[in-house]
Order: sequence, then C-alpha cells, then structure tokens
Amino acid sequence: MDWFPLINSLRIAGISTVIIFFLGIFAAYYIAKAPRLVKGILDVVLTLPLVLPPTVVGYLLLRLLGPKRVIGAWVLKHFGVKLTMTWWSAIFATTVVIFPLMYRTARGAFESFDETLAYAGQTLGLSGTYIFWRIRMPYCRQGILAGTVLSFARALGEYGATSMIAGYTPGRTATISTTVYQLWRTNNDALAFRWVMINMAISAVVLLAVNMLEKKQRAGRRAA
Amino acid sequence: MALHVDIEKTLGSFHLKVKFEAGNHVLALLGASGCGKSMTLKCIAGIETPDRGRIVLDGTTLFDSEERVNLPPQRRRVGYLFQQYALFPNMTVAQNIACGVREKKDARAQVEEMIRAMHLEGLEHKKPHQLSGGQQQRAALARILVNAPEVLLLDEPFSALDSHLRFQLENEVRSAIRRFGKTVLLVSHNRDEVFRLSDAIAIMNGGALETIGDRKTVFADPKTVSGAILTGCKNVARLEKRGERLAHVPDWGVTLQTSRDIGEATHLGVRMHDILAGTQGPNALRCEVVEEIENPFSYTIMLRPMGAPQARPIGWELDKDTWHRRRADTVTVCLPPAHILLLRE
Repeated sequence: MDWFPLINSLRIAGISTVIIFFLGIFAAYYIAKAPRLVKGILDVVLTLPLVLPPTVVGYLLLRLLGPKRVIGAWVLKHFGVKLTMTWWSAIFATTVVIFPLMYRTARGAFESFDETLAYAGQTLGLSGTYIFWRIRMPYCRQGILAGTVLSFARALGEYGATSMIAGYTPGRTATISTTVYQLWRTNNDALAFRWVMINMAISAVVLLAVNMLEKKQRAGRRAA
Repeated sequence: MALHVDIEKTLGSFHLKVKFEAGNHVLALLGASGCGKSMTLKCIAGIETPDRGRIVLDGTTLFDSEERVNLPPQRRRVGYLFQQYALFPNMTVAQNIACGVREKKDARAQVEEMIRAMHLEGLEHKKPHQLSGGQQQRAALARILVNAPEVLLLDEPFSALDSHLRFQLENEVRSAIRRFGKTVLLVSHNRDEVFRLSDAIAIMNGGALETIGDRKTVFADPKTVSGAILTGCKNVARLEKRGERLAHVPDWGVTLQTSRDIGEATHLGVRMHDILAGTQGPNALRCEVVEEIENPFSYTIMLRPMGAPQARPIGWELDKDTWHRRRADTVTVCLPPAHILLLRE
C-alpha cells in the first residue's frame, strides 16, 4: 500500500494549521479591538469561507493564483514558480477554508478573558507582548487549543478546494480525500474502504482530543 | 510627595469632573456605586484616558491634555489593587509576585522578602484559586508593593470578602499602607472602613467631587445631602427656612433651632445616635414610638413627633440599658442644635 496520501494530507494539514494558528489569533485579537463598523464588515468577510461551498473557494483561488491570473502570473514571471497543481498548492485551499474556524474559536476565547488581568499587568510595568503570550494566551489556551485541533481535523478532510487547485496526481498531489474519490471512481472498492477507515480513525482521535480539552476547560472554569 | 488630579471625562450621559490634591496620606473617595470613583482611579493608572485635564505625581506629569502627555500605565509607577485582585490564574503566588519585580537582578531575593513581609510562607507554589480571599489579597498586595509604586490605589479592597474576614484584612491593609508611607487612594462605599483607614475623605456624587477634607471634619459637617447619607446619617429631610437659625421641617412636622446660620442649606440631617433622651431645652420633641427595632448591641427606635400624624418617622439609636429603663409609648427627645447638619442638595 502506498502511504503517500496519508503523509501528504498530514503535512498539508499540519502546515496550514500552524499558519492559521497565528493568523486566526492575531485577526481575533485585533478585530475585537476595532471600531464597530470595521468589526462587522471584517467579521462577515473572514467568516464567509465557512459557509461558502469549498468549490467556490477553489474557483476564487484559481482566479487569483492560476498561472494566467493576477498573482499566479506575477509569481511565475518573477520566481518561475507555478502556484497551482503542486502538493503545497493545497495549503492555500485548506488555509482559506479553515481560517474562519480558528478565527471564531479564538475570538470566543478572547471574549471570555478578564481585561482587568491585562490592566494589572500594565500597571506592574509588563510589556504588551508579555501580557499577550504569558497571561492572555494561557488564560484562553483551552479554547484556542480546541480551535487548533478542530482546524487541523477540518484541513485533513478538505476536498473541494484542494481538488480544484492541486488536482489529483498519484504520488505528487494526492491526499486521503482525493484518493478515496479516485479509488471509488476506478472501482477499487477494497482500497477505498481502507483509506476511509484510516480517515475515520484519525478524525475520531481528533474529536476525542477536542472533547477532552472542552471538559478540561469547564473543569478549569469551575476551579477558577 | 503629592498627587495632583484635575480631570474631566464624558462617557455617554455620565460626566466625570474631579479635582483634588493628595499628600503623603490616605485619601478615601467615598461614594455610591457608579459615582465615578473607580473611573477616577483608572484615569490615574492610565487604563482610561480623560478627555481633558492634568495628572501630576511628585512633579512627573502622567497626563496633560494640553501638553499632549499621556504616559502608558507601565511608566506611571502606580500600584493598583483591583476589586477581585486580578492575580494571574496561570501562575503561582511566587510567579505572580515576580511579575512585579522591576529590577530583575536580584528578583528572587525580592520575591522571598516580600513573601515573608506579607506572611505568605508556604503558599509560594500555590495557584491563586487555591488561596482564600484574604490570602489572595495579601498576594496581590505583595505583587504591588514589590513593584515599588509611588502611589497606591485601592479599589473597594474588602468587597470580595466575607464580613468576618473583613476586620482582620482591614488591619493587615492598614499596617501595609502605614509601612508604604506614600500617597494612598482608597475607593469605598463603606463609611466605617473609610473612617478607620483614611486621613482625609472626598465625597463623590454623580461624577463630581462634592466635599473634601479631614476625615473628622467631613463626618462632622458633610455639607451635602449625599455626603450626609454616605457618612451614615439616616435622618435627612428638606427644610424651610424660618429664620437665620430656625428651620421648619415639613416631613417631620417640627420646627428646629440650629447652632449655625442656615444660609443656602436646603436640607438638614441628624445622626441617629446624636439624638438625646428626655432632655428639656431647645428642640425637645414629644414623640410617639412607632416601631422598636432591636440590633445586636443597641435599639433603633422610630419616632413620630406628636401632633404630626402624617410625619415620616425619625430614627433614634441608643444602647440597650438606656432603652430598657426608659421604654414607653411616648418619649421626649432632644435634637441638639449643635448636632444638626446643614446640607445642600
């Protein structure tokens, strides 16, 4: 059995989760402080990928990153790199699709933060960076961790946008979800079933982790 | 060493306008909730920004709207004890205190010394939620004092505690602020606490600072209706001026002499325990006893002057023995002219 789809899926999901961890947290932190109107508009725009069909996201990405489109053509001309149909093209797709998940959970976690803790830190002379990483983030860590794990799980299962921007090339761009579809299409039912089982096992573990984190978060709230 | 504050801030329909000076003593801001006490502290600490004005601490300008000075909280050297103490929940007591250390060179020694000074031995490695309310307060104070602030702001320091803990904690806070020896601002709505802990008192009402002065002077002459109520005067009523030192009180149906000129006063007040029993002389009133309320160590007797059936009762507080000897359906009491508080609205 060729394990490439598993490794490829894991690295795509892993890299996009790292990117989204920082993007989502900073977006949540700064947008929470923005004026009402800006907040409302950005909220809609940033949450849109959550409700759009992944194929629409894939289409929009192709319009931007395709070799004959604005960004894609510019990168191809200056760096000689094609942004589509490589294994890492899928990272664009998964990043956009899972961004709202991370953004939403991080925002929810930040909203539960007790601002007086930040004020106390300020009057003690602690820097904004210290307060953010050593006080705000630990306080919100369970919510943020749950968001990260959920994002990873969603990235692992992304199909629509990925198949449009990275395609399906065995041993090059194949992921678990695109492989399952391809195997089904070519009547390789036995192998498709194996991949389905692998995917379900990973997802079950991830959801178990999310549940445990949420339980811990509730227990932590009670203790505090 | 002095703190000079002269600021204004508008928030929706609320308008804060305070001006005061505090030396090396404890100044209490006494006011009902929502009067702007905490907002004033937040402006001094730099957490909130006033619309206009100046804040100067020991010659250093912390805020000046005209000079466009607005130091960040980090550079103001203001120690702020929050109502719920704001200990960092993810850190131990020792780590919390270490956050306050400014000179990181001998941080460990400073933390250890502060742990000893605030009687926190044995709790160094506990998280805040494992501590009692009193221990949390001591840890928060330790974190502030190790920071070597130039001014201490205490925001309702005992409101998060059970009443039986308050007394003990109050003594600890008193000794901590005596050792501190610099300017302390204490925000509270509890007159007893304020009287015991502070040197001077400022009375705040609806965003404005109404009266400021030595604590005994303010209790003896609160000057305003809200000041009288905040310092615990229960009998306050509108007056009608009948002479320079003669006032009719329609709510009580009586006319009373005062020892000072009424001037612009619109109300008068008399503290429950300032009313004397069975005395002849000015302001002696024959009253019927409407209600007898027993307190742990005293009685509160609600009195209605005779011949005024519509009158609002006047409260009278006296010790148990005295009432046991004098108990009757009608009594004569005296509202001594010297104890009549003359108040503005």
